[in-house]
Amino acid sequence: MSEKPFTGTAFYAFLKEHKLMGARCPTCGAIYAPPRPFCPACFNAELEWVELSGAGRLASYSIIVIAPTAMIEAGYGREHPYCSGVVELAEGPCISAQILGVDVAHPETIAIGTPVKVAFIERGEGEAQKTFLGFEVVP
Amino acid sequence: MQRKPGRGVAIVGAGMSKFGAFPGLATRDLFVEAFRELLASVDKGFDARDIEALYIGNFSSDLFEGQAHTAPIMADWVGLTPRPATRVEDACASSGVAFREGLIAIASGLYDIVLVGGIEKMTDLPTARVTDTLATAADVTYETPAGFTFPGLYASMATAYLHAYGATSEAFLKVGLKNHENGALNPKAQFGQRIADIIEARKASAAKKGKPIPTWADELAFLNDERANPVIAWPLRLYDCSPISDGAAALLLVSEELARRFTDAPLYVIGSGQASDGATHDRPTLTGIPAAQRAAQLAYAMAGVTPADIQPAEVHDCFTIAEIMATEDLGFFAPGEGWRAAIEGRTARTGDRPINTSGGLKSKGHPVGASGAGQVVEIWKQLRGEAGARQLPGEPCLGLTHNVGGTGQTCVVHIFERR
Repeated sequence: MSEKPFTGTAFYAFLKEHKLMGARCPTCGAIYAPPRPFCPACFNAELEWVELSGAGRLASYSIIVIAPTAMIEAGYGREHPYCSGVVELAEGPCISAQILGVDVAHPETIAIGTPVKVAFIERGEGEAQKTFLGFEVVP
Repeated sequence: MQRKPGRGVAIVGAGMSKFGAFPGLATRDLFVEAFRELLASVDKGFDARDIEALYIGNFSSDLFEGQAHTAPIMADWVGLTPRPATRVEDACASSGVAFREGLIAIASGLYDIVLVGGIEKMTDLPTARVTDTLATAADVTYETPAGFTFPGLYASMATAYLHAYGATSEAFLKVGLKNHENGALNPKAQFGQRIADIIEARKASAAKKGKPIPTWADELAFLNDERANPVIAWPLRLYDCSPISDGAAALLLVSEELARRFTDAPLYVIGSGQASDGATHDRPTLTGIPAAQRAAQLAYAMAGVTPADIQPAEVHDCFTIAEIMATEDLGFFAPGEGWRAAIEGRTARTGDRPINTSGGLKSKGHPVGASGAGQVVEIWKQLRGEAGARQLPGEPCLGLTHNVGGTGQTCVVHIFERR
């Protein structure tokens, strides 16, 4: 569905269009998200892009208080912690993302297995504008 | 097919700098300190000019101190140019892998005498930039954009572990307590204090400043107090995390047939295993480290020993959860049993499975590129009966090191024997 190479740049360009894209191996059917150019399952090197449903469940998470510079610049930190997690997508693969819609003040209330759906997080302005992958709890 | 080194390799000397925060000392200064101790450790003495090559583990002097290309500088500062000096970078496993490269170089027959080192100088940068630098060991395309820090990644493994096994975070606190107990007996450790000592120091400090003197019922109460032990990345708190450290370590490796020319008590390297892996999210499990499991299997198979045979083990406790997972990945405890073993005190010096007698990265300090070589220094001391107040009884003769890079993108395991 696209001639784009299987690069991080292409993944984030799709994300900017609010598409969560993975790679599918036409030989063995394996799906990779993040996308990869080479299928480690069957060693096929000709993969194809596939749009993912964006549905998944929370596989693990952390509430991060001591933030890296990029997240401090986005307004997070000691006084404003945030949740990062690993999401298991409905299609199978797992991916890292910021998790929205959870009570970061009460981390013990967050349950592994919680259904989530993709969210697109816009940060920066103009040339520096970038879309980050997020997931939010399904109400 | 199970491969073995082309010929045997032994350690005949070992040294390390003190680990800690040392303003004004660069990696080369710390390496010289480690090298001096190494020279003094060779029982029968030797001429350092007999060293033929150097392998130096170093994660990121580039970002930490603005100095790349560090291996030749180390060679130069101990007077060993023009010998080949190679830097090895595999994040926090850098010097564990440098050790393996030194082993391979001697086993190949290319050299007889090799110096392996590990160096890192982290404390010149403010904490946020140290956090950023450590995060470069994760996948900066697909992990760090999610907001993950290193503590955050290990914390996500911790939540998965707690959930999978119904474990309690008390186990994490117990690991920290235990490693501080051990580190207090290690003069090279960054924290020469037990948690009880830290509590007394807090009280004394408050009294001196005329502030209300805090009280905690016991050490666990202190560790459960958000003000005393704040969350870094939930569920991990400050005392679950290894510190930001400076330090260096150095090891002298020789071919087995030369070993007794240097000492009557060499350590033979009988097992070596290394493995790689992808990003944290891209693994079949988050409750263990697959590369560690594989590296351990390879090392045990090469050595022809089982986990039950190992006595002292230095494992990569960059975070308390990492030590618990390591004790399972190495086969000391069944999956899901490591946390119970920690609570029951089985991993204490007095337990049946002593782990991190040095104080581990948690208390000894974690100058990342030096940590793997530093682990070997502790096994060197324990197997030779030179570990002082923290010496294990019973003349242990089989030791193991487990050194992890990133969250398990690299793992390297070595097994050592005193014959």
